[in-house]
Amino acid sequence: MRTATSLNRVDPQAAEVAQGPSLALAPKPEVTPSGVSSAAQQAETPLRRVAAWLRSALPKLLMTMLSLGLFVAFWYFATKYKLDFYIRFTNIPSPGEVWDNAARLAQSDKFYNNMYVSLRRILLGFSIATVLGVALGLLIGQYRGARALLFPLFETLRPVPAIAWVPMAIMLWPTNETSIVFITFLGSFFPILLNTIHGVNSVDPVLLRAARCLGTSEYGLLRQVVLPASLPHIFTGLAIGMGVAWVSLIAAEMISGQFGIGYFTWEAYSLIEYADIAIGMIVIGVLGLLCSGAIRILGNMLMPWMAGPTHGGQK
Amino acid sequence: MTQADDKPNATGHILVDHLRVRFGSKAAAVEAVSDVSMEVKPGEFVSIIGPSGCGKSTLLNVVAGFVKPSEGTVTMDGKATDKPSADRGMVFQQYSLFPWLSVRKNVEFGLKQKGMDANHREEAARTLLGLAGLLAFENHYPDQLSGGMKQRVGIVRALATSPQVLLMDEPFGALDAQTRVVMQQILTNMWQRFRISVLFITHDIDESIFLSDRVYVMTARPGRIKAEIPILLPRPRTPDMASCPEYLRIKQQLRDLITEESLKAMGGELKDSGLAGFDVEVGPKGVAELI
Repeated sequence: MRTATSLNRVDPQAAEVAQGPSLALAPKPEVTPSGVSSAAQQAETPLRRVAAWLRSALPKLLMTMLSLGLFVAFWYFATKYKLDFYIRFTNIPSPGEVWDNAARLAQSDKFYNNMYVSLRRILLGFSIATVLGVALGLLIGQYRGARALLFPLFETLRPVPAIAWVPMAIMLWPTNETSIVFITFLGSFFPILLNTIHGVNSVDPVLLRAARCLGTSEYGLLRQVVLPASLPHIFTGLAIGMGVAWVSLIAAEMISGQFGIGYFTWEAYSLIEYADIAIGMIVIGVLGLLCSGAIRILGNMLMPWMAGPTHGGQK
Repeated sequence: MTQADDKPNATGHILVDHLRVRFGSKAAAVEAVSDVSMEVKPGEFVSIIGPSGCGKSTLLNVVAGFVKPSEGTVTMDGKATDKPSADRGMVFQQYSLFPWLSVRKNVEFGLKQKGMDANHREEAARTLLGLAGLLAFENHYPDQLSGGMKQRVGIVRALATSPQVLLMDEPFGALDAQTRVVMQQILTNMWQRFRISVLFITHDIDESIFLSDRVYVMTARPGRIKAEIPILLPRPRTPDMASCPEYLRIKQQLRDLITEESLKAMGGELKDSGLAGFDVEVGPKGVAELI
């Protein structure tokens, strides 16, 4: 799949242009634009390609369904027969109850508001963490002075888990809302910062030298070379940061929230609405997955060159 | 004979005067370049050849402005080369294209730094890529190109800012032999078209003869200039010249000079007589018999 996408990038029109008079001086390119032929092949039978893809993906799809199906089946029987074997299923809602409650909640504005509030907190905290983490990471990675001044502080603060900040955050910030956003920010800030620094440090020095020979200013070097060269690492940081942001958010909401999906889940426990606990968990998982997916899509959009065949395991 | 003769108002004159470069602190300092004086005249193609680790890359890095002289001066057109500049285009041995930019954007990079607007940049880049036969690949990413093509883009990118001199650090060292020969011809073509000075580092004798007006041979570390050999073969040069007497004479001369230095560079194990120890006959038991 990957190889195919990279070859598609050959522009047949441009290839034709170059076959013309420009060859007077230049020898033939060693590599012919092979994508031209493959692009033509691919255009004729999109249907067959879909069929082929289905056939190759089917076994994996079946196994996925089997895997999930077994889990739900176990859950069903464990709750049906009130399994009590050290691990207790006596109070656990059955899949059916969860489904019924989910149908009911799907009509509830309050529930959607909880989702909205959580997403807003994630978006705010994570965005601030991204801007600060990447900017500071670039500075710390690139400039010895910035590193000497800032890095010791961050290394000292880093081992303190974001959740441990909850009481302090409540005192620090004027509203509950800002302190929760702050906790979310803290959770994602450090992975983003550290991965950005790592990215800057692993920029191939020859690229910096090449840019300097091409007359780059100090700012141009940071903006046009160091930043794009670090993007793969930055996106690794964003993916990890997003995960930690959700962990921190849910914990903060459970402890001090008034709204939000974490608060909803904890409240369900207090109100003995056990089916809602499972729904809260599932929604948290799905939202987390969507957020990670959004980051991956954004990464692919910003780093089209990474789709090439030589780069395999991009996260 | 050289390009310098027929080029008016020529610039790109590199003068290296009693250059010394030492690395490390005073006590443990290692001298990489030792009292080197040399020049590249405007429009001239000059190669520096020497054993690995002889300081030839260091010398080039001083000319590029990446390394400061410990003693002596390096100037281009009278100005010290104390920091990198687009006046001195550089082509590296490692592939140094920006992987996140398309081939054309790579070529445009230097022009963008100069503040040229997008339309002019694109036009200039397309013209240059056309000259190098790379127009079909303008929208490719570097990772989709072969090694030889990457280096061609690297040369085009360095030429795009209209530098007075091109500095090349074993640019074809990583290429296979056939590709290298093609690249040498392309480079010669480009050089004749652009008429700029070239300082070319290599350890390939044939490459230095084929390309250069003059070849400097450097000694093993610490690097000194051991010899200066003019290459008076007519241009345009063709691969057939490799069998003409003058070519062979120069090649022999260069080979003798370099072999001597390579042996020194490899250290005390191999004396001047070189491979003397290797005529010991080894029986059917192989090396075990010797021990």
